[in-house]
Amino acid sequence: MHIMEGFLPVAHAASWGAVSTVCVGFGLRSIAAAVKDKPELKMLLGVSAAFTFILSALKLPSVTGSCSHPTGTGLGAILFGPLAMAPLAAIVLLFQAILLAHGGLTTLGANIFSMGVVGPLAGYTVYNLARKCSIPASLSIFMAASLADLTTYATTAAQLAFAFPDPLGGFGASLVKFLGIFAVTQIPLAISEGLLTVLIYSFIQKHSSDELASLGFNLPGEEERI
Amino acid sequence: MSGRLKTGILISTVAALVFLPLLFVKQPAPGPDGSRAELFKGSDDQASAAIKKLAPAYQPWFSSVFRSRGPEIDSLLFALQAAIGAGFIGYYIGYSRGRAKNSNRTSDTDRVH
Repeated sequence: MHIMEGFLPVAHAASWGAVSTVCVGFGLRSIAAAVKDKPELKMLLGVSAAFTFILSALKLPSVTGSCSHPTGTGLGAILFGPLAMAPLAAIVLLFQAILLAHGGLTTLGANIFSMGVVGPLAGYTVYNLARKCSIPASLSIFMAASLADLTTYATTAAQLAFAFPDPLGGFGASLVKFLGIFAVTQIPLAISEGLLTVLIYSFIQKHSSDELASLGFNLPGEEERI
Repeated sequence: MSGRLKTGILISTVAALVFLPLLFVKQPAPGPDGSRAELFKGSDDQASAAIKKLAPAYQPWFSSVFRSRGPEIDSLLFALQAAIGAGFIGYYIGYSRGRAKNSNRTSDTDRVH
């Protein structure tokens, strides 16, 4: 989902940059509000950031014969809400843009928007809808994290199609082309990301139940634990 | 299902998803110029290549502040990124287990909790 340095026209780069700056600002406020009263939540915030650090560093092979990486943003979105992931994604993307020449400073805004805003928002929404429909916690988390991953890549495809419409087919044809590159490759990776998120969430549930309760999670009874 | 069994199933499924493509994906046919096609190319790079095809006139207007210093150094930095993340999660797991052990011990001896 990293749009490479310089690969978005100036107007696009600037607009995504502006949108993402606002989102990161709101995200910082939501994090500050969450940890102000409950400093014990800092540990889980660190775990969410660390999870994103690991997963977005792992370039995994896919059945399509190409490589891509998960995003790891679903966990933090489920725990802290969709806004909190924007600043965390910004840190990861900045690290990669500066040190790894992966992504870029001019495309940072667009990349934060896909990985730190749309993906987490999708994950958060899916998790809460699934729980409302009484879907078991583990399946809800799996679906939320997988879809956060997939929607991030779909957003990147849309951003690129918007910037580079096909000369003949326009936005639609270009979107199909970019989705073909990103989305299919991403499906097995999204499944892996969903499974790993269930794994770490079940550890958090077992060992940080007080923190989860203070985040407003109604902890299920022993039999419903994942 | 016991916790351990579930953890084992989750981890083995992820391992299968990662390693099966390595076994079963075939080397793509060489390009028209006879060049060896690259297997497991990054999707980000494929997108950049697609942009060059869609808009051949487009010139990237900014280049990375620090250029890549080659694949070896890139893999070093990616490993560093993963190590930072894994280090923190390892710390959290150790901390949580220690805390759980401690609170069990106190509740056994003086029933504080």
